[in-house]
Amino acid sequence: MRAFANLLDRLAFTPQRNGKLTLVREYLREAPDPERGFALAALTGNLSFDAAKPAMIRKAIEARMDGELFALSYDYVGDLAETIALVWPAKPGANREPELSEVVEALRSAKRADVQALLERWLDALDADGRWALLKLLTGGLRVGVSARLAKLALAELGGVDVSEIDEVWHGQHPPYEDLFAWLEKRSKKPTADTPGRFRPVMLAQAIDDADFTKLDPADYAAEWKWDGIRVQAVNERGERRLYSRTGDEIGKSFPDMLDFLSFEGVIDGELLVMRDGALQSFGDLQQRLNRKTADAKLLAKFPAAIRAYDLLLDGDEDLRLLPFRQRRVRLEAFVARARSPRIDLSPLQPFSSWEELAALRANPPEGDARLSEGLMLKRWDSIYEAGRPKGPWFKWKHDPHLIDAVLMYAQRGHGKRSGFYSDYTFGVWREDSNGDRALTPVGKAYFGFTDEEMKKIDKFVRDNTVERFGPVRSVRADKDFGLVLEVAFEGLQRSTRHKSGVAMRFPRINRIRWDKPAGEADELPTLEKMLED
Amino acid sequence: MPKPESIVCPSPAGLYCPPGDFYIDPVRPVGRAVITHGHSDHARAGHGAVAATAETLAIMAARYGEEFAGATETLRYGQTIERDGVEVTLVPAGHILGSAQAVVRHKGMTIVVSGDYKRRRDPTCPAFEPVACDVFVTEATFGIPVFCFPPDTDEIARLLKSVAQFPERTHLVGAYALGKAQRIVRLLREAGYEQPIYMHGAMDSMNALYERFGIELGPLAAATTDKKKDFAGAIVIAPPSSIDDRWSRRFADPLPAFASGWMRVRARARQRQVELPLVISDHADWNELTTTLSEIKPGEAWITHGNEDALLRWCTLNDLKARALSLVGYDADEGES
Repeated sequence: MRAFANLLDRLAFTPQRNGKLTLVREYLREAPDPERGFALAALTGNLSFDAAKPAMIRKAIEARMDGELFALSYDYVGDLAETIALVWPAKPGANREPELSEVVEALRSAKRADVQALLERWLDALDADGRWALLKLLTGGLRVGVSARLAKLALAELGGVDVSEIDEVWHGQHPPYEDLFAWLEKRSKKPTADTPGRFRPVMLAQAIDDADFTKLDPADYAAEWKWDGIRVQAVNERGERRLYSRTGDEIGKSFPDMLDFLSFEGVIDGELLVMRDGALQSFGDLQQRLNRKTADAKLLAKFPAAIRAYDLLLDGDEDLRLLPFRQRRVRLEAFVARARSPRIDLSPLQPFSSWEELAALRANPPEGDARLSEGLMLKRWDSIYEAGRPKGPWFKWKHDPHLIDAVLMYAQRGHGKRSGFYSDYTFGVWREDSNGDRALTPVGKAYFGFTDEEMKKIDKFVRDNTVERFGPVRSVRADKDFGLVLEVAFEGLQRSTRHKSGVAMRFPRINRIRWDKPAGEADELPTLEKMLED
Repeated sequence: MPKPESIVCPSPAGLYCPPGDFYIDPVRPVGRAVITHGHSDHARAGHGAVAATAETLAIMAARYGEEFAGATETLRYGQTIERDGVEVTLVPAGHILGSAQAVVRHKGMTIVVSGDYKRRRDPTCPAFEPVACDVFVTEATFGIPVFCFPPDTDEIARLLKSVAQFPERTHLVGAYALGKAQRIVRLLREAGYEQPIYMHGAMDSMNALYERFGIELGPLAAATTDKKKDFAGAIVIAPPSSIDDRWSRRFADPLPAFASGWMRVRARARQRQVELPLVISDHADWNELTTTLSEIKPGEAWITHGNEDALLRWCTLNDLKARALSLVGYDADEGES
């Protein structure tokens, strides 16, 4: 448990992705089986306990400690699990520290009535970091900023294999993943992937550059709209129905309505969208359905999910991935027609004969669904379905981003190579306040899109023009006569009740720094509101 | 028996002893002062006469110049001097080099002003010695049950493990220039770390002083160069304020660490954007505070500064008479303490 607790502790304070990868990889290398397997399960969200409740833990501490001292402590720390981890009285001569695997096994077989005693015994035996790890594990939500994806990447690095190989076998494996580790450490053969309903690693597209077009023959490529939903792999294989995100996470629980409509035998690659009466709805509508543990009937009815299919990986039990796209497409059209699912339609191909013709279509999408697209996809007619992001067979050709001029309002220090530099920028645009005065309102935050040289210049600007400090954040002078204007590029804009300005940007980044532009001439909120998607 | 308040009492300039006419760790210039240790919130310049350990006097001279006081008197640990019928003895406090508790005796009453102290082993100074007394005056910097510090060796092991895991980064350890920095160096040496340790310039004079008093720090080097790669894999020790500022930019992909008791609470570490919090303190943690009070069993406990509410509550629960003095002028939060 100690090594796992140390790992969680380090992860919680390590902001950089590469740093997290190193920590997870090295942990998996050093920790023994089955300990590391259960740790991996915890990190990938494949361990859940419902036996221990916060109330139980509170009761335990209240029996051990003066109520007033506990209240003072909780007030100081602000987090229940952390407070209890810190104040739990040490018990000299307690049992030896439990291993993570012991905790998992014991909870699996424990009767509900025994959980309290188990928990208290473990807390007695652990140190503060161990107690924190245990309490976070039991009450759900490690919140150490590690996604299942990152954990799998660390596994791939450990074994020196591509992450798509991990994806391929992942769903046939179970905690504590001993076969998986044996394979990655070259002690045994790759575990079998023959599990009905498993995930197949997806094929991704590269962004196209203007220069690419001169080298590409339009006759080699098919074009279709790039739909603005989430990439999904819909599986119905020998009775196993699954919905996977593009990284292989199961998302079926959030979309039970969609699972009901997988009236086929095979595996479809497509876009998960919200559609009403066959018409596509905005990404904002889809967002209402995302990141929810469960979905209630009202939500399902209000934002009905559907799939727009664009590829077919498995037809019945026939694997089509090594067929060229042209043939897969023919099979897909027949497959979707046969399925007759009211929630599955076909992403139509857009015929074209020259790149100029396609560019005109992209610049001016026809009325209807195409207006909500993110741009176009280009797929080589002869491309096999190849996991990963191979260069050449598939391209995405996105719409040009929206641009606005905003004023820098707050800056926050960065981490790692950027530590010591103010490199995260919150920017705002002008709006009229209730007195009719113009005031800045924050509309977004960006931390990339600029060079190191530009960052140093902005850093100096921030230091020279600081108005107030709040921990690592500084507010910067920004008024109509003075301020730094940032040209911000973003992909889309949605209404948001969480932001004071009422709008939220997708994928904002700094496009240019307008040292030349007076702050008073930056954009106004109504300009942004016109860009709203719904 | 006299009332203890007639022997030592709080005043705007600090703790005052009326019969002896001297102050202990006064925060403004006074005629006669007894100084418990060299941290700048306890040891200030400009007093008429100062009595302290040789180490503390040397620290003050190094920081403020030889003329920091009108006159000085060097006290060995255990040596007793008399001030107008009041006896003063300095006894080890285990806080930093030269740190002492001031034991004040008058008319059969003993009052111990412990200054800042800790109970765990520190390779840079002798251990705290409990003295039986009528009144024990204690700090309460970490006077909340959440502050129970792990063994130093565990924290140093975490630092060394991180250095091994991230050899391309520079581990930048924030530590107070007096006491903490030298203790970290000693702890690293005891853990077998033989590499040069790089030091911010603000540490130099105190490092030299520690060495003069026999604390061997091993190979140290200045943390200055224009070639970034020189510091990849190195440990650099700097004052906490330098860690997140321009100064840190000279290093390869710095990994900010901070050695402080405050690092026990996650929100504190996060606020400072620390990636490797090291829970190492020169102050007593909650267990040390309460076991010290249990061990000494004073007639009364007076709490000078810090988080006194919880410690007062503990005294109530343990039938110990206690009061908070709420002295001002001592850093309970940031800076050197």
